Amino acid sequence: MKRGNGVATESTNTQGKSGSGRMVFFVLIGIAAVLFVLGLMDEYTQDGPNIHPMDQFIVSPLFGDGPVRWYTPTNVTLWMGLAIAAIAALMVMGTRGRAVIPSRSQSMAELAYGFVRKMVEDVAGKDALPFFPYIFTLFLFILFANFLGLIPMSFTTTSHIAVTAILAAGVFLTVTLVGFIKNGAGFLSLFWVSSAPLPLRPILAIIEVISYFVRPVSHSIRLAGNLMAGHAVLKVFAGFAGAMGLAGIAPILGVVAIYGLEVLVSAIQAYVFTILTCVYLKDALHPHH
Amino acid sequence: MAEDAAHGAADAAHAAADAAHSAGPGMPQLDFTTFPNQIFWLLVTLVAIYFILSRVALPRIASVLAERQGTLTNDLAAAEDLKRKAQEAEEAYNKALADARAEAQKIAEETRAGIQAQLNEAIAQADAEISAKAAESEGRIAEIQAGAIRSVEEVARDIAGDIVSAVAPGQTVDADVLAAAVAARVKG
Repeated sequence: MKRGNGVATESTNTQGKSGSGRMVFFVLIGIAAVLFVLGLMDEYTQDGPNIHPMDQFIVSPLFGDGPVRWYTPTNVTLWMGLAIAAIAALMVMGTRGRAVIPSRSQSMAELAYGFVRKMVEDVAGKDALPFFPYIFTLFLFILFANFLGLIPMSFTTTSHIAVTAILAAGVFLTVTLVGFIKNGAGFLSLFWVSSAPLPLRPILAIIEVISYFVRPVSHSIRLAGNLMAGHAVLKVFAGFAGAMGLAGIAPILGVVAIYGLEVLVSAIQAYVFTILTCVYLKDALHPHH
Repeated sequence: MAEDAAHGAADAAHAAADAAHSAGPGMPQLDFTTFPNQIFWLLVTLVAIYFILSRVALPRIASVLAERQGTLTNDLAAAEDLKRKAQEAEEAYNKALADARAEAQKIAEETRAGIQAQLNEAIAQADAEISAKAAESEGRIAEIQAGAIRSVEEVARDIAGDIVSAVAPGQTVDADVLAAAVAARVKG
């Protein structure tokens, strides 16, 4: 009865571990690179390499140079707007033919639709389908923000913990509210592992509660950390290429390789965020198994 | 008091953030002054995407997929129907072919029987003609044979008369006696 739930929690935990493990790895590489660059800057104080890998993440106003208030149009606004435009182009303009034999763009839109819908149905069950538009919104936003962030000179909105934290908090609140509304106090049985020996159950309950509340943290940091680390490493390598003259071909090859990796990460992180949302939703809809 | 403390903390945070900002490679992700801005625009974006999807894109794609499913089902049914018809047509064709074969065989058999009958008739006729001709020929051969034998007897009689007259000149032999003697000799 509890086995399925245990497996699901376990799998999310391992995913969290591997995701944050890679994030830590990238962050360490990033920090090492930054320290290396700072060392170089100490040596060549006149015209040494001047690399600021984190400058790409700075939120700045689009117009003028004033303070960033909550309503100020910033580069966040611009790149989120572009994400909306791209999503509308694919999902609305791309499907305007409504053809039985789809065009290329309509085929892609249908592919995305079918992919996420099947994921929701398979992972969370048929009764999770009312949440499909919400989950599809999350998936498309993250996917398009990630890929728009791969355009050189762009701003990656999903590399900011503020953005991913809101996304994850929204999922957490939704899942928790749905769990209590659908199951009442029965939702708490999610934490009471009835397949475990009785003396262990309180300890497991504590662990389950902690892991439940850690979910939004890992959910958000996984996404932001992956993107931030990847983009910072790209920037560091690009800075080396600029500073090394002819020998810069080596870091450029590195940039190409890491860029390929980042393309993968962009899609995979959107997928991971979405499928974890489905897994959490499954726990909320069916806490008893 | 508390308000002052809060203000002080906020100021300190601001100052720290500003310091981080100006210090170069800090983490812009931890610059809390930009959080309201990001959160506000994120919410606007999510609501916009949600409405675009739920009002326009998803119903449209769902209807297209349903329509395609319907078309596929119809086409499959039509294909099944056509396949059944094709099978029927093939059966009819095979049946017609078998019928035609049987018919052809029958006609061939009839023709062969007819030809055989004609042939038999012709053969019988030819046989009759041949036997008639053979009988006629036999008759003539017998006639010729008889004629020949008669001639032989005549010649033998003449020669015997000549021989007798040559052997015993002046002595005449009675013709009847001679003929009887020759006939006896020829027969013997």
